[in-house]
Amino acid sequence: MPSLKPGSRFTSSVCTTQVIVVKGAGEVDLRCGGAPMLAAGAAADGGLPAEGASGGTLMGKRYVDPDETVEVLCTKPGDGSLGIGDALLDLKEAKPLPASD
Amino acid sequence: MLLEMAADGFGDRVALGPSDGGLTYRDLYDSAGAASVRFRADGGSHVAMADLSSAALPVSLFGAAWAGLPFVPLNYRLTDDELAALASRISPAIIIVDPDSPDRLTGIDGIGLLSRRALMDLVDGADPPEPEWDMTGEGTAIELFTSGATGEPKAAVLRHRHLVSYVLGSVEFMGAHEDEAALVSVPPYHVAGIAAILSNVYAGRRVVQLPTFDAHDWVTLLRAESVTSAMVVPTMLTRIVEVLDAEGPDGPGLPTLRSLSYGGGRMPSPTIQRALELLPTTAFVNAYGLTETSSTVALLGPDEHREAMASADPVVRARLGSAGRPLPTIQVTIRDDLGDEVAVGQPGEIWVRGEQVSGEYRGSAPRLTADGWFPTHDGGWMDADGFLHVTGRIDDVIVKGGQNVSPGEIEEVLVCHPAVADAAAIGLPDRQWGERIIAAVVLHPGASASSDELRDTVRDRLRSNRTPDHVEFVGSLPYNDTGKLLRRVLRSDLAHLGDGSTG
Repeated sequence: MPSLKPGSRFTSSVCTTQVIVVKGAGEVDLRCGGAPMLAAGAAADGGLPAEGASGGTLMGKRYVDPDETVEVLCTKPGDGSLGIGDALLDLKEAKPLPASD
Repeated sequence: MLLEMAADGFGDRVALGPSDGGLTYRDLYDSAGAASVRFRADGGSHVAMADLSSAALPVSLFGAAWAGLPFVPLNYRLTDDELAALASRISPAIIIVDPDSPDRLTGIDGIGLLSRRALMDLVDGADPPEPEWDMTGEGTAIELFTSGATGEPKAAVLRHRHLVSYVLGSVEFMGAHEDEAALVSVPPYHVAGIAAILSNVYAGRRVVQLPTFDAHDWVTLLRAESVTSAMVVPTMLTRIVEVLDAEGPDGPGLPTLRSLSYGGGRMPSPTIQRALELLPTTAFVNAYGLTETSSTVALLGPDEHREAMASADPVVRARLGSAGRPLPTIQVTIRDDLGDEVAVGQPGEIWVRGEQVSGEYRGSAPRLTADGWFPTHDGGWMDADGFLHVTGRIDDVIVKGGQNVSPGEIEEVLVCHPAVADAAAIGLPDRQWGERIIAAVVLHPGASASSDELRDTVRDRLRSNRTPDHVEFVGSLPYNDTGKLLRRVLRSDLAHLGDGSTG
């Protein structure tokens, strides 16, 4: 099971999705397309996202679990949906801050 | 990684320069990759830049990150000797230099020079290598030498994880519309100059650079490029307000400017109030942050500016001079000398905590507590609704008769006097009181005010121990080019007004 910490990166084993962890720590059953995600740099196994986990990911969007204990940012989009175990993560609605730079 | 996302997500958008013919995100990505090959081949430990803002800045910044080398923006306004001293401290290194002053920095052991033009020729049309970089974020992204206001310059270290946390925590990916453009007039060796590149790249906002600030040039470029957002330091805004005022009520104004952020020093309230009047449709943002905190940690937003401006409640009104509230990813507390938290409304030192906070200098351990808190050395207080009021550097506090006096509050009262253009308060040695309060005042051209009148103004507004013991009228105050008041220079210029005791 992947061990999460802010800044760690994971790649989908069944699609092109890549994520970076924004929030969350410890062992988490992070999945994409229904299959466990791999540490960044690992080659995809091939295969297709499982039914029910094939909604796809969007570039630059954040995904959270219902308690917001885990938050990941999509750095490369793909066809799989992100989840923890069988529960899918939700797209986090952004509350944009005013530009300060 | 941030640039890679931008190139993947919106590679055809213009990243830098004019909307027609500027560098796209894909171009910038390819150029940074090509630059990384050159930087690696050099074999040095750092990539530095002693040059004005140009396209070479983002190319070198991202190229250095790609090569796994720290990027060091140097202050090109330093003397040759000062610059050479900093260069020796990062040797062996490659330094990007201004092609117009090729002789600076020659002959230093381990330092290779590359002119901005040579770098841009080298990367033009070159294919980038396969991406391959440190994924942990532990590597050093930036080393920024502090201005050395209190001695030998120190190099603040910002790691990739600090900057990435800042950008991910404060900027929405591709959050900018395609027509947005940001005008950057802060130099590369100021943390806001680096943050501007990173944030705008991630937001997908085109960057327009003004290498040397001049208020007329700023207004002209802003209009020519239909700029929608900009960041300025307080001294810049004061000059911009003067230019707009000189154009009169029928002037063209700045209708394209949707957002104007400011930070990097105390904003005189007459300047911000006049700017709010002159730019009624612009959203104002006050950003407070330090180099050591990867730029912004607290913000006063557009609605809060207008609410404060319109309010009759003195507490709400005072927020116009505040730094607003901490970012959602940042915690702020106010503590006393012993490190204990003080009550709401009480003054103390500002401490911050968050993933973006580094608090680290090269050659020493991070100055964070075991649980991640960083003492900023800035004084301040927090109101009941969590608005942070910054009163200035703790080292600048005047201690008169055992009482702490913040120069900022005296200066704020003085600059609100109609005859006063600028003011600074400093402490000088005094046998009886420890320090006496000296106010250095610049009057508006043609205006007059007596010393007694100004002292009475302060006495009426503040407690009597804040009244300046002496008002000295001066032609101008010493600032560095990023708008920071050089109090040490002022103390030395006015040293004769102390009594020579050493406290």
